Amino acid sequence: MLFGILAFIALASVFGLVLGYAAIAFKVESSPVVEQIDALLPQTQCGQCSFAGCHPYAEAIAAGEAPINLCPPGGENLIQSLADLLDVEVLPMDDEEDSLQGPTVAIIIEETCIGCTLCIQACPVDAILGAAKQMHTVIESECTGCELCVAPCPVDCIEMIPVKQTVKNWRWPEPQYNANNKEAESIFTTLDHVLAENIRP
Amino acid sequence: MSQPLPASITRTIKDTLRHLWSFPGGIKLSGHKSLSNHQPISTAKIAKQLIIPLSQHIGHASEPIVKVGDKVLKGQILGYASGPVSAPVHASGSGTVVAIEEHLIPHPSGLSALCVFIDTDGYEQWIECSPLISDSSSTDDNQEAVTHRSIATLSSHQINQQIANAGVVGLGGALYPSAAKLNTAEKMHADTLIINAAECEPYITCDDVLMRQRPEEVILGILLLKKVIGAKKCLIGIENNKPEAYQALLNTISGYNNSHTDAQIEIVQVPTLYPAGGEKQLIQVLTGREVPSQGLPMDIGIICHNVATAAAVYHAVYRGEPLISRIVTITGSAIKQPQNMEVPLGTPIRDILNQAGLDENKVEKIIMGGPMMGFSLPSIDTPVTKATNCILVSEKSELATPPPAMPCIRCARCSDSCPMSLLPQQMYWYAKARDLEKVQDYNIFDCIECGCCSYVCPSNIPLVQYFRYAKTEIWDDERERNKANIARDRHEFRKERLEKAKQAKAEAARLRKEKLAKKKALDAEQAKEKEGLSQSNDNPAKSSSADLIQEAIARAKAKKAQQQSQKKNTDNLSEAQQKKIDEVNERRRKKADSEEI
Repeated sequence: MLFGILAFIALASVFGLVLGYAAIAFKVESSPVVEQIDALLPQTQCGQCSFAGCHPYAEAIAAGEAPINLCPPGGENLIQSLADLLDVEVLPMDDEEDSLQGPTVAIIIEETCIGCTLCIQACPVDAILGAAKQMHTVIESECTGCELCVAPCPVDCIEMIPVKQTVKNWRWPEPQYNANNKEAESIFTTLDHVLAENIRP
Repeated sequence: MSQPLPASITRTIKDTLRHLWSFPGGIKLSGHKSLSNHQPISTAKIAKQLIIPLSQHIGHASEPIVKVGDKVLKGQILGYASGPVSAPVHASGSGTVVAIEEHLIPHPSGLSALCVFIDTDGYEQWIECSPLISDSSSTDDNQEAVTHRSIATLSSHQINQQIANAGVVGLGGALYPSAAKLNTAEKMHADTLIINAAECEPYITCDDVLMRQRPEEVILGILLLKKVIGAKKCLIGIENNKPEAYQALLNTISGYNNSHTDAQIEIVQVPTLYPAGGEKQLIQVLTGREVPSQGLPMDIGIICHNVATAAAVYHAVYRGEPLISRIVTITGSAIKQPQNMEVPLGTPIRDILNQAGLDENKVEKIIMGGPMMGFSLPSIDTPVTKATNCILVSEKSELATPPPAMPCIRCARCSDSCPMSLLPQQMYWYAKARDLEKVQDYNIFDCIECGCCSYVCPSNIPLVQYFRYAKTEIWDDERERNKANIARDRHEFRKERLEKAKQAKAEAARLRKEKLAKKKALDAEQAKEKEGLSQSNDNPAKSSSADLIQEAIARAKAKKAQQQSQKKNTDNLSEAQQKKIDEVNERRRKKADSEEI
């Protein structure tokens, strides 16, 4: 009896020490799940989720304060991957209209720009270049298409244009192979079935 | 060329006895090669306007160095290589640059890219070429010896530079800049050079006729390639459905092999089985070694080049000519005279089809490449590029409605036919569900897109299309992720910068305040010193502002008192005057007191 009690006290104190040490030595500053969520978010920093950037939204999701369907730039794919990560239900996009737009970038109509620097201050990723009373321009490769620079412009010289499709970023469309859809099929002549018939020995 | 028969015969015997390996899967196809491989190589007519895309290779597009209005000569550089993996582009005819703008290019996307438009003048005037070795056209008996000696005098760097400047890219279809590939091979000490002459896809015969009609160019090109990488062994793999080409190469080689032992080139016939012309498949058949998953032949000490690339290398070194034309097979049942044509790059496909006799009424589909791996051209007004090996025009009557795709019945014929030993049925499943991670687990990036799986599928599922779709989706996701990472870094940097600016501002404000206070204190002290020791010494240190105020008030009072005490015109006052003054003083004092309160 006494031996049993002593043994348990000894074990408890050993484990307590180990755990106490681990809590100090391996302290995690922020919740790892926040970083995991943040890694999935598109980092447009657009604030369309009503949070001040992607990281705050990630924190809110992790804390269970925000649903996973508030990010239009991430789209359905993001909802799917967030649902996978957090093991929750897939939700439909909160604002269906926004999610239908493709990726865009801002351009400054340079003749109209008065050099007020307001857009530079609004840009969350420092993608606008310029100085007071000098013409500004957008570094297109860094622009996330968040549209935060559009509203502050006093002369409405910023426009959002769709990202240009080139041979480099072009994607094969998903095969839609059925007899009734001739249009869709015509893209896929690779291994034309008739020619395939022809080359059958 | 002299023909030393005994050597040729021994070599043939040796080849027949050579042990060959095989690759998994593969399918037998009927070649349809006789349509186009009997005629001599014809020459395309000079087009009125050449449309030369600036990106005809893998890697960065060339940077244009000509302007609209410039006169250019044939072979003149139009755009230089803009990175380590890039190739220059040259004018394929003399004339005037009339535009540099976007134009449809032969690509499955049907998108446009930057092209240089040249209105040809018809003179075909060449720019001055600077070959590394003079190609003596004299019928010297000892010509091979001379050539070989002159190759030996060149350094591999010199040859590679010439290849790079000539804009030579892999003409087998990959379009990888040859000089970059050779550079890596040299650094990694590849010991075996394999020349891909298999040309396994049906209908295509451009390499076949090249070997039949210009074996000399091919062999000299191979010797140069061998010299650049310093390979010990060189094998040419050719499918056994091309006996004429095999014989032509053999005859040429035997001359070289006789005179120079270190020039050993072996030519090996491989069984005709699609896709034996795949780089990895050919290596496996010839050497029995497998290229590791997602690796390169370089990883096992092998470098593979196409025969047409070798011929282009010959042109670059012996003639100083850049790559400005290529042999294109024009074939299919809707073509009146199927043939192979040497076409200057940039010639509109419409022109060469008309020259070969296009039967407009019969045309159904125009495919660039072969029936297995080619794609339907978005328009025939696109130009011929370094990638255009074959234009296949199919006839209307041949076209039945493609059968609809049926559900997968798990027959596993696709995995049996896959030359890469993949599981197409599994990859299809996950690609369809857009489970990109899972697709990668099944090694989708080892897929060579040969189309065997789609070909054998009894349910007519467009398997290879799904794999292409999945691959580009994965690449797109990766691009997005990279972009997001950059955006995150920039955003965080900005936040940090703003935070720093805020702190700096606060710090500056604090410093200013401190400075002001110090100055005040200093002033006060000075004033005190000036005033003399009016105040008692028992209260020396006064730094707090309350004390300072008190001090200032006291000072003002003292001053007032002094003024009062030193009033002028106060001598000899009458009684009444004195009384009045006292009254006024009293009132002032009272007032001052009340103010003080």
